[in-house]
Amino acid sequence: MKRVVRFKLNGEYVEAEVEPNELLINLLRDKLHLTGTKYVCGIGECGACTVLIDGKPVLSCITLAVDVNGKEVVTVEGVSKDGLTPVQEALMEEGAIQCGYCLPGFVVMGEYLLKERMEVSEEELREALRGNLCRCTGYVNIVKAFKKAFEKRGLKS
Amino acid sequence: MSEVRPVPLNLRNSRILPIRFEYYEPTSLDEALELLDKLGEEAKVLAGGTDLIVKMKMRALEPKHLINLKRIPNLNYIVSDSESIRIGALTTWSDLEKSDIVKNELPALYDAVKAMGSLQIRNMATLGGNICNASPAADSAPPLLVYDAKVKVVSKQGVRVIPLTEFFLGPGVTALRSNEVLTEVVIDKHNVSVGSAFVKISRVATDLAIASAAVMIKLKDGILEDVKIALGSVAPTPVRAKSLEAALVGRPAKLEEVKQYLNLLEKDIKPIDDVRGTAWYRREVSKVLVYDAFLKALNRLGGCSL
Repeated sequence: MKRVVRFKLNGEYVEAEVEPNELLINLLRDKLHLTGTKYVCGIGECGACTVLIDGKPVLSCITLAVDVNGKEVVTVEGVSKDGLTPVQEALMEEGAIQCGYCLPGFVVMGEYLLKERMEVSEEELREALRGNLCRCTGYVNIVKAFKKAFEKRGLKS
Repeated sequence: MSEVRPVPLNLRNSRILPIRFEYYEPTSLDEALELLDKLGEEAKVLAGGTDLIVKMKMRALEPKHLINLKRIPNLNYIVSDSESIRIGALTTWSDLEKSDIVKNELPALYDAVKAMGSLQIRNMATLGGNICNASPAADSAPPLLVYDAKVKVVSKQGVRVIPLTEFFLGPGVTALRSNEVLTEVVIDKHNVSVGSAFVKISRVATDLAIASAAVMIKLKDGILEDVKIALGSVAPTPVRAKSLEAALVGRPAKLEEVKQYLNLLEKDIKPIDDVRGTAWYRREVSKVLVYDAFLKALNRLGGCSL
């Protein structure tokens, strides 16, 4: 039986009809056409589908669409609504992007970490990013970019 | 030339679960229990979903009814009084990570939280879900076993309190009846010690454990007054190492002593070969993990002697 879900998506209220067996990533990509969020492993291992629900990073590939009713969802489109985020800029400057498929997940994590933490050591960064897999770069430049983003915000890295 | 077919994983791995089910969102525990009583065996209870949704995706589980517990208030808490520490079933792993009670009073559980999954998974997964999923590799199980935790399960018929040692019956099988919900984990403060630790070995940081071990010790004048040891991923359920525990109680708290008795572990565990490791490897690495957990626990009590 279809259900109507109402939730805040990237700052705006939206309403959609969903089946109970539909996953959040399907609603985002195929119905609301927000294709920034990527579908990769589909079983909660890789982090490419990371979105923020009520401010916390979670995986949209193993979240039921019906479950976001009444909540606030922010996708990669939402975090970069007012132009590139500090993390996106730093990722470009550090050459941390190759195929780019994992990147939306990293960008959403970056937004979360910059809001959540005042300072972060390299170890903490790697720890926080361990759920985001990148098969191209080997993480060195990604971590460099995150550190740079923290520095740019005038915070200690 | 043979036809190219999608492998089963890809065939099933879609952005929509490949099964249909009725979905319920009870807003009180009573409502949930009512539903479970009616729907029974054909229903599954959803908490964090990090295990259940994946299993449904792979069609390892095909429930006809799905009951989402997350709209039920007051099942997410960590409270500590003079007698016990009680943790609500819907407490997420991130909540455990942020709790000073867990960090200061249950260091083995804190170690397990730090070792479990990714930040995203910890935001979703719940303690109750980890226990009810009853994976032999459940990271919360060895720490809770060494603290002699009990679980509170509730149904329309009443409340049962089950020691965790009697809760796990096999891989994915628990003492939970089809009309019951696990609501709380209770740890008696007499069974808690700062001298406790958890260690785990896995291929990469976010993987399931190849093997894991937790140790809880209490000392009196340099003698091991109380020892509890539990292991994960080395038997059909998370297990206590009772033979090794019995041998160590009353012995001096020295690593050399522990080393002497480590072979007793082989009596307590029944490892198998699987994709993550061989039975032989698990048997050998268990001893190392218990030794390491002991060292960590002794250090937390203010240092150790060889």
